[in-house]
Amino acid sequence: MGLLSKKDSKLIMDPLADNNPITIQVLGICSALAITAQLKPSIVMAISVMFVMGVGNVVISLMRNIIPSKIRIIVQLVVVATLVIIVDQVLKAYAYSLSKELSVFIGLIITNCIIMGRFEAFALANGTWRSFLDGIGNALGYGVILIIVGFFRELLGSGTLFGFKVLGDSVEKTGLYAIGYENNGFMVLPPMALIVVGIIIWVQRSRNKELIED
Amino acid sequence: MEHIELFFKSIFVDNMVFAYFLGMCSYLAVSKKVSTAVGLGAAVIFVLAITVPLNWLLDQYLLQEGALTWLGPEYADYDLSFLSFIMFIATIATMVQLVEIIVEKFSPSLYNSLGIFLPLIAVNCAILGGSLFMQSREIETLGLALNYGIGSGIGWFLAIVAIAAIREKIRYSNVPPALRGLGITFIITGLMAIGFMSFGGMLTGGEEEATEETEENTVGMVTTAIADEKDEATSLVIETTNVTDKIN
Repeated sequence: MGLLSKKDSKLIMDPLADNNPITIQVLGICSALAITAQLKPSIVMAISVMFVMGVGNVVISLMRNIIPSKIRIIVQLVVVATLVIIVDQVLKAYAYSLSKELSVFIGLIITNCIIMGRFEAFALANGTWRSFLDGIGNALGYGVILIIVGFFRELLGSGTLFGFKVLGDSVEKTGLYAIGYENNGFMVLPPMALIVVGIIIWVQRSRNKELIED
Repeated sequence: MEHIELFFKSIFVDNMVFAYFLGMCSYLAVSKKVSTAVGLGAAVIFVLAITVPLNWLLDQYLLQEGALTWLGPEYADYDLSFLSFIMFIATIATMVQLVEIIVEKFSPSLYNSLGIFLPLIAVNCAILGGSLFMQSREIETLGLALNYGIGSGIGWFLAIVAIAAIREKIRYSNVPPALRGLGITFIITGLMAIGFMSFGGMLTGGEEEATEETEENTVGMVTTAIADEKDEATSLVIETTNVTDKIN
């Protein structure tokens, strides 16, 4: 990347693979899994988190020298909560049915551990531009996992992607269904999100042996 | 009856961890030993039991549409519900801080066992989730809100203690290397969640489904019975025609 120095591009690329916030750092799982039964809410969630993390990291990094360390948690929570209210109101105004579907999980971005974790670990100690890149990078790493899980759960669970019937019509028996394929209704249920993430972790760690825990 | 129902529903059917994945971060991070898991679980029950009723009061008398009528009729059409995230999280952060100070003062032994977990709890999704679910499900009375808080706290407690116990034992099993640690914990949690889904039919939800099923069954039986009668009738007609043919 010409725009970014090597050190800066590392900030974005690292969380995508070997330092992924979900599979390696184990942060931000709370709000991630419940909304991944379909692809569309997963992507909306990923974009919302990216907005909150990018802007939040910049704000915290600008204020890092004037926040008293004793009350920093409350200051961070107020910054995140304000950003999340913006996201929530925008969704309510422009995508009402989607915001109903995501229900409380937009609100739960506030307590998403990735955000607090990055504020504590990075934005409080680094400059504005680097904090912004770090925020975007971690949100991308989070979004990638969300989108992978959403993709598989929607494809295998309901045979659709973004609501389009990519595998044929299950009622009229066209496409794959004509040769006896059936949807796995289990993929839509909450427990499968955990198992899919477990499998992603499995694949990732068998490709990169350094990540294996004992 | 309403209370008992909500209590068991919030523990088993709507379990914070297994049905909504709330509080997963600390659930995965602090579940390596049973004793620490018990400490964190107890702290979560404690904080939920305080914050949910408190946020219920805030929601009822400050945030909801028309909640400000007690100030005077001219405030009746104020709707401050867009402020609820920031109000809830502020309440939770303050209460956690306050609880920490009070516990430290009056019960040092409890503070030593809960102490390190209390600050963690402010950013536990299960706590904020409890308040947000309380708001979106429109729980009606303060008593029910308290009940809901304690119930979902106990549900979370059960989940983390169970997974900690399993993780203590799984150290002796031969797990594939790449799955060790985090991966297997995810899969076990998934399996436990499948197990908890069997509680789904335990309460009213199940009864409603059951009545629907029986209705369908009875309707089905009636239609088949009618069809049978028709068949019999037609066969009778055929027989009689045969007989009359023979006579002729």
